[in-house]
Parts: sequence; structure tokens; C-alpha cells
Amino acid sequence: MKPLRRLLDKIKPNFSKGGSLEKWFPLFDVFENLFYSSDKRTFGSVHIRDSSDLQKIMVVVWLSTFPAMFYGMYNIGFQALTGIEALGGAIPEGDWHTIFINLLCNYDPNNIFDCIWYGACYFIPIYLVTFIVGITWEIIFAIVRGHEINEGAFVTTVLFALCCPPDAPLWQVALGISFGLVIGKEIFGGTGKNFLNPALTGRAFLYFAYPLTWSGDSVWVALDGYTSPTLLGIGAQDGMQGIEASHSWLEAFIGSIPGSVGETSTLFILIGLLVLLYTRVASWRIILGVLAGTAFMSSIFNMIGSETNPMFNLPFYWHVVIGGYAFGLAFMAVEPVSGSHTNLGRWYYGILIGIMVVLIRVINPAFPEGMMLAILFANLFAPLIDHFIQERNIKKRKRAVF
Amino acid sequence: MFEYYLNLFITAVFIENIALAFFLGMCTFLAISKKIDTAIGLGITVIVVLTITVPINNLIYNHVLKEGALTWAGLSDTDLTFVGLISYIGIIAAVVQILEMFLDKYIPVLYNALGVFLPLITVNCAILGGSLFMVERNYFFVESVVYGFGAGTGWALAIVALAGIRERLKYADIPDGLEGLGITFITVGLMCFGFLSFGGISL
Repeated sequence: MKPLRRLLDKIKPNFSKGGSLEKWFPLFDVFENLFYSSDKRTFGSVHIRDSSDLQKIMVVVWLSTFPAMFYGMYNIGFQALTGIEALGGAIPEGDWHTIFINLLCNYDPNNIFDCIWYGACYFIPIYLVTFIVGITWEIIFAIVRGHEINEGAFVTTVLFALCCPPDAPLWQVALGISFGLVIGKEIFGGTGKNFLNPALTGRAFLYFAYPLTWSGDSVWVALDGYTSPTLLGIGAQDGMQGIEASHSWLEAFIGSIPGSVGETSTLFILIGLLVLLYTRVASWRIILGVLAGTAFMSSIFNMIGSETNPMFNLPFYWHVVIGGYAFGLAFMAVEPVSGSHTNLGRWYYGILIGIMVVLIRVINPAFPEGMMLAILFANLFAPLIDHFIQERNIKKRKRAVF
Repeated sequence: MFEYYLNLFITAVFIENIALAFFLGMCTFLAISKKIDTAIGLGITVIVVLTITVPINNLIYNHVLKEGALTWAGLSDTDLTFVGLISYIGIIAAVVQILEMFLDKYIPVLYNALGVFLPLITVNCAILGGSLFMVERNYFFVESVVYGFGAGTGWALAIVALAGIRERLKYADIPDGLEGLGITFITVGLMCFGFLSFGGISL
């Protein structure tokens, strides 16, 4: 490491104020930060000192998505290979993906390695495009606007890539992450200044702009001509019987169901979530709030019941394991920037998400999936919730003082 | 019956939100949303005015303007809908003036709270829009009361949420060219994403 430090020290003056490459300082900075922690320290008496900083927090979030990501890759492969078997075992002609798949894959759905390789051939291009485009935007804005390149972009890109359907067109992926990062975050000043979750903003943009490739029944398995709706899609059609006929609860919990890359496995998301809770990056108040809201609203719908709408009868424990619920709960809802900032507010914020997600899933036939829109909706009201909590606290203090 | 009116109300508040789905009343929506407290005041005023003017315009439309509405005066084939627009505006202006004087005399607390907003929203297109939607959809009287109240509540909800977001955006670092109205327009556009979650609900 010594020579590297010496090299960095040698070229640093060029990038610092007054140096010839001053403009490119953010690039140098991110490279240096990759190997060494920042040399900026807090001083004065008003700061809390802690070993965790933004970089560490973001890396923890990034790493905690990995279990879901690797399981997601396996699941893409598993779903598609099972599909091939169901179609009679003929290996599809396919597109450019097939060239890479053929290198190492024997098309055996029971072989874990085959599944992972198949999934990787689909997921890694998506992630690469998301990552390169996302980081490019971050660098452009950092250089033009003079802020630091923030590791938040790593998190946004990985979360965005994980909520893509496995066979998403790559140019749409690039468009989506561009919209999410630029309109959702950078024009407000970068990390910490946005009011909507940037990954979800990009995802929602694509969802409304290109519904054919981002929703529906045929996009969830990376295999042309093979239709396999998500459990929520089945539920909207045939209700509980349909869901239970296609997959058991345990399967949905472990995640061998069709869906976006990272969202299927509640179990592996839970592992990531435990890491986030242990490191206190995620707020347990929001998590409990969302669960309480969901339980409350779905029990109400269960009690009301409906002849015509089978989703009314979906119980609480099914809501939690299907669709993007677990993924949104673990990685999107708890995002500290766009959510509520006060502890009491986090309860209300979580409950609002929980109620909204069930409402959208059950009574809105246009959108079978509700988690994304529920979180975006709650993001809008998070500042308001904080405002009223603050007002209340101010009033309480005043009464205590005078 | 109650369920029907509840559906009408919820549709007007969320699904057909008059600010975020129809983009009506934008001038006041963008201009007076810098602070939550003022936004709440304005929101309440809009609720009050819409709840009063839509039903009154409904009566005027059904008993004076509509084709054949003047049968009671012996003019069975007169169609006065061509003066509809100007009548609605006139009635809104008159109602707001009367309301202002009434509040000033009898409920000064409310008058002080609503203050400058009352004359301001006389020319708000959300108010006129409420009446025009009422005519277009052929609401009868009770429906128009519920619709007016719902549309106002939806508008108020939107402006209060926008004010909350703008108060938080005080700490944002916005490019010079987008400062002020520019970023507010983008914010409103992004808010529509959130409200789109209701699009497609048919109650």
C-alpha cells in the first residue's frame, strides 16, 4: 500500500485548489477514498464523533443487497430453465444472451451453477449498464457542480438494477437510471437533498413510460415466448386458490417465484435487512410501522370480503412475501433521506406505506404491484409528517417552560 | 347511498385530484406553497369556496341556464348555456365578496385566518374548473355539494404536501437556472408520480 499512498500524495497537488487538474478533483477524490478513508475530520465542540460516515453506511447497504442479488441471479436461471423444460426442452434460439449462456451452461434446472450462470448472463449486463450510466451522471454532476462523488450512487444503481425485470431492454434501463439519478436526485443537489427515492423514481418512470416491458405477465422470466405471471398477477385473476395452486407460501418466502431480479426472495432480503438493522442504518420504527399498516389494512379487507375482487381475501402473511414488498420494505422504505426524519414521524410514515400498499394492491386493478407507488406516495407526505411532529414538540416544550 | 357519495368524494380527492391530475389552479398552487401554514390557510379557503360555489352554480345551471330549464317562466325552448361561463365567474366573484363581508362581520377569527386569500382565489381556475366539471358531468344538487367539497379537499391536500416538500427543499442545493419556479414545476411533476398510484382505481 505504501507505493500507492506515495503516488497519490505525489499527484494530489495537481488536483487540489490551484492545481492544473483542479476540475477533476472529484474523480481523484473518489479514487483516493476507495483505498483510504477521508482525511477530513470534525473539529470544534458541537459535533458528535463516530467512526461511521456516509461512505461506510452506503457500503453496508450495498453489501447487504448481495444475498438478494445472488439469489436473484440463481432464480432468473431457475425460472427460465424450468420454463425451457416445460416447453419441451428445446434450447431457444434467443438473442445475444444465448452466446454467453452457451459458454458454460448445460440447461439443467437442478444444477445450481447452471442457474446462476444463466441468471448472471441476464443480470450482469443490466447491472453494468445501470452502474456505468449512473456513475457517469454522478461524475458529470460532481465535476460541473463541484460536489464530491458520493457512494450513494452505488446504492441507487444496485437497488435500481435489482428491481428491473430480468429481460429488460438495456437502453430503457439506461434511460430509467438517468431519470432517477438526474431528475430524482442530482438537480436537487445530490445525496441527502432529494425528496423522492431516486431508484424508485427511475423505476416508476419506466413503469409508466414503457408498461409493455416493465409490467404485465410475460416479462418476469428471461425466456422469450414463455409467460409466467407474478403471484400478484395470479392473485388479481384467481385469488387465493390461484396463488396456492401455483406456489406454496414457503416457496414464496424462499423466493423461487417469478418476479424482478432482487425482489423474489423474502428470506435473503431478510438477511440483508438484519445487517441493516444491526448496523442501525435502517430504522426499525419504519419497518414495524409498515408491517402494522399492512396487517391492519389487509385484516380490514379480509373482514369486508368481496365476491368480485379476489384480492380482498389475501391474508397478511401472503402480502408480505409476494411481489416487491420485502425488497421495498428492506431497502426503499427505510431510506433515511426521503423518509421521515423524526422518530415518531417514522411510525406514521411506515403505517402510511403499509396502508397504501394494500389499498393499491387490492382495489386498484390497474396496478397489481403496490409497494413502489406506496413508498413514492409516502415520500410526498414525509416532510409534512415531520413538520407536524416538530410543531407538536415545540408546543410541548413551550408548555413545559412557561 | 352513503357508499356512493363516499366514492364520489374519494374520487374527487385522490383519483381526479384537481391540482395533480388536471393541473388546475396552478398559479396559486405554485406561488403560495412556500410555507406550510399559509398553504393550510389557502387550502381551507379553497375548500370553503368550492363547497359553496359549486352547488350554487349547480342550481343556476339546472334552473336557469340549461335547455328547457326556464319552463317555469314560460320559456320552454330557451337555451342559455352560452352565457354559462360568464355566469359562473360572476357568481363565484359575488359569492366570495359576500362571504368576505359576512365573515368580517360575524366570524372575525375565520376572516383573519383566511385574510387575503379570499379575494385572491376569486380568479383561481380550480374554482371555476370545479363548476365546469360539475356541468360537464351533469351532477345533481347533492352530488355537486360532495364533489365541491372533495375537489377542494384534494387541492388543499396537494398544496399542503407541496409546501412541506418545499420547506424541506430549503436545504437543497439547486442549480441557479432552476432556482425558484423551475424546481417547483419539477417537484410538482414528481408529485404526480405519487398520486398516479390512484389512477385506474374505479370505485
